[in-house]
Formats: sequence, C-alpha cells, structure tokens
Amino acid sequence: MGTRNYRRKTSHSEHGPGDGGRTGSWRVERPILDKSLCIPCKRNKEACFICWLFCPDIVISRTIPPKIDLEYCKGCGICAEECPTKAITMVDEAEFSKEDKE
Amino acid sequence: MQAKTTILSLPTEEFVHPGTRACTGCGLAIAYRVGLKALGKNTILVVPPSCLTVLQGLFPVASTKLPCLNVTFASTAAAATGILATLKSQGKTNIQVAAWAGDGGTSDIGLQALSGAAERGDNFIYLCYDNEGYMNTGVQRSGTTPLGAITANTPFKGKLQQKKDVPAIMAAHHLSYVATCSAAYPLDLYDKIIRCKDMPGAKYFHIHIPCPPGWGYDPRYGIKVGRLAVETGYYDLYEIVNGEFKLTAASEKLVEKRKLVPVREYFRAQSRFKILTDEQIADIQNQIDAKWAAYYKKDEQQ
Ligand SMILES: Cc1ncc(C[n+]2csc(CCOP(=O)(O)OP(=O)(O)O)c2C)c(N)n1
Ligand code: SF4
Ligand code: SF4
Ligand code: SF4
Ligand SMILES: [Mg+2]
Repeated sequence: MGTRNYRRKTSHSEHGPGDGGRTGSWRVERPILDKSLCIPCKRNKEACFICWLFCPDIVISRTIPPKIDLEYCKGCGICAEECPTKAITMVDEAEFSKEDKE
Repeated sequence: MQAKTTILSLPTEEFVHPGTRACTGCGLAIAYRVGLKALGKNTILVVPPSCLTVLQGLFPVASTKLPCLNVTFASTAAAATGILATLKSQGKTNIQVAAWAGDGGTSDIGLQALSGAAERGDNFIYLCYDNEGYMNTGVQRSGTTPLGAITANTPFKGKLQQKKDVPAIMAAHHLSYVATCSAAYPLDLYDKIIRCKDMPGAKYFHIHIPCPPGWGYDPRYGIKVGRLAVETGYYDLYEIVNGEFKLTAASEKLVEKRKLVPVREYFRAQSRFKILTDEQIADIQNQIDAKWAAYYKKDEQQ
C-alpha cells in the first residue's frame, strides 16, 4: 500500500440551468407582454431589446417577439420598469389558473 | 477608439444559465452576465466566498459555463497569480484570468493579496462588485458601505464612517487600467473590459451593484436606483488609463449638462438610508457639489 498511490480528488461541478431549482416558483407577479406596444414587434425588425439586456435571470429571448421563460423568471419586474413603451406589465400570479402554472 | 457597443451589437452568447440562486432582481447577476460576455470563453475565473459563489451554484451544479476556482476569502488575487504561473509553465498565453470578488472580499479581507498582485504587475483583471456590504451573510457593514447606511451591525445610527475609496487605492498602484462601472450601465462595463484586455499588468474594476434586500427597495427599481447613484453625481463612472483620469458614459454627459439630480432622490429611494437627516443629506450634497465643481473647472481648462 504505502502512500504512493493515494490520489487527492478535488470536487468540480458540471454546468447547467436551474441550480436554484425552478425559480419561476419564486415569482409573485408575472410579466405579460403586449405585442402591440413592443417596438421590435411593431416594426417587425430588430430593435430595442432593453428587456433582454437588463433581465438579471437571462430568461427573455432576443427575438421578435421577445419570449419570457416562465420556468425560471423570478418576477423581479425590471423588464416592466425599463421597457420604454410599457409593453410589459406585472400581473399577480394568483390571477393565473393552476394548470397555467404547470 | 473602439466603437461603442449597443444592445444590438452586444454578443448573444451567454455564459450563465437561468435559474440561479441569486435573489430576485439581483444587480450582480446583470453585471456578471455582461462582464462574462466581454471576458469571453477563454477565461478562468477566481471567486472567493460571496453572493457570487451563491449565484454560481452548489456542488455538483454550476450556473456558469466557464471554469472557476473557488478560493478562501483572503486569497483571491494570490490564487489568480498562481493560475497565471501555471498557465505560463504550460506555455498557454491566450487565456484570460479574471478574479470577481465582493466589496468585503476586496476592500477589507482580500486587500493585501490584491495589493501584492497589483504591485508585482501580474497580468489579470480584478473585478470588485460593490453591493456595499457583506450581503451573502446578511448585510453587515464593509469598508465600502457608505456613510449613513443601516446594516445588520450598524442598526440604529447607520454606518458612522466614510466609504473606503478602493479604486483610488488601486490607482495609487500605477496600474495600466482602473475603471468604475455600474450594473445599471452594463454596456459601459462591457466596453471597458474589452478596452483593457490587452493592457499590461493588473487591471482593476469597481462595479456598483444595486441589491434589493441589502439596500431596501422593490426589485423592479434596481436599474433606476443604480442610475440615480450616477445621475446625482454620488457615484462616478470613470476610467484611469496609464494614470490619465477621464469621466465616462453617463458621468461624462453630466459634465456637459452641468446639472445633477439632487442626491436626496437617491437616498430616499432606499430604506437603508432612512435615518439620514435633512442636515446630513445637505452636507453630502455640498460634498458632491464641490467634487463636481472641480470636474467642471477641469473641463473648462481643456
Ligand atoms: C475567512 C472567512 N470569513 C468569513 C466568511 C463568511 N462569509 C462568506 S461570504 C461573506 C460576505 C462577503 O461579502 P462581500 O465580499 O461583500 O460579498 P457579498 O456577499 O456582498 O456578495 C462572509 C462574511 C468566510 N467564508 N471566510
Ligand atoms: S423593452 Fe419593451 S419595447 Fe423593448 S423589446 Fe422589450 S418589451 Fe419590446
Ligand atoms: S426582468 Fe425579471 S420579471 Fe422580467 S423576465 Fe427577467 S426575471 Fe422575469
Ligand atoms: S443579497 Fe444582493 S447581491 Fe446578493 S444575491 Fe441577493 S440581490 Fe444579489
Ligand atoms: Mg458585498
């Protein structure tokens, strides 16, 4: 035996989403997009995307229309607050039916 | 001069996954995400205990796609030096080493190691994200907590001392690059990191980070609060390139406008400053006005 073959192992992680679980369940308000007010939707070309830049949880896509991943959106409301045209409003989670949450 | 990055030209590749453990509306999450875009995929991170280790995740899941060495509190910059030495011995020259540490881990506990690495001229980027307190452990005061802020251990009168000026301490090391940034201005952070990447020696960033539970505001106002700090002239965005100081981004525009938002608006947006009296606020306003009068004067002389 001796000590020669002892190996010291260090821990390492694999990367992936949802380390904090399905963080959408933290949400008390849900961001709802009104496409008729959203700049890239109206112009049908890439523009604005301020919501995409500031979303702390990287759950808004940089697409037309911007899509919000409700599985992980924590409902901070920064997108709604920063949107220049008020295209996003925060709605009480309790307004949505149970199936909707699944 | 490099062209200014816009939202549309910002790279879309992400190095952070959704679903992190960071609080709802965390300012650090914004700065970290955009900062990693600028650092790029050939980066090794060094991170001490902090909210960032929480954001990065619990073993065995990591929310960051880049390799990261998690080190003890006092050793961040020394560990970065060690990685640089290893890379050198392996003949790898195209890898960026970037240390990200909190204000406690920088202004108090890691200052010695950082000063040593800066003085040695070790070639890495050090980013201090300043949420102005030991937030991860429940909002205790740090060297960079501002005067008057209520924390868990300054509960009645707020902090009695001034904020430690860490970027000035780092500038006194005659670094090639020192910059202040804010999570409310992520594109400015992006451009500054890109600008300094090929500069020699240690590069230092100080990033102001709005933090809803630590500062006491509704998460949705995070960017507004961060912007108010700059628009009131309370927190300045600048860079010091080879000793040359220059206001940047929104702070530079304030010099043109010659008009600051009253600092009262910044304080009254956060519950941590609720014990500041009108006299104290007037006093701080006078200090800000004096600081900006000097900026205006310098501008006129140019
Ligand atoms: C030597 C040592 N002392 C104390 C701690 C406990 N600790 C972990 S994180 C932390 C707060 C760090 O504050 P800061 O660097 O400002 O980062 P933030 O949590 O605010 O992001 C403390 C005190 C520790 N991990 N190691
Ligand atoms: S910020 Fe508002 S207008 Fe701009 S892309 Fe997002 S939702 Fe549309
Ligand atoms: S900014 Fe906040 S509320 Fe809006 S999508 Fe992102 S996490 Fe959800
Ligand atoms: S305490 Fe503040 S900095 Fe830390 S994770 Fe929460 S919001 Fe972010
Ligand atoms: Mg801190």
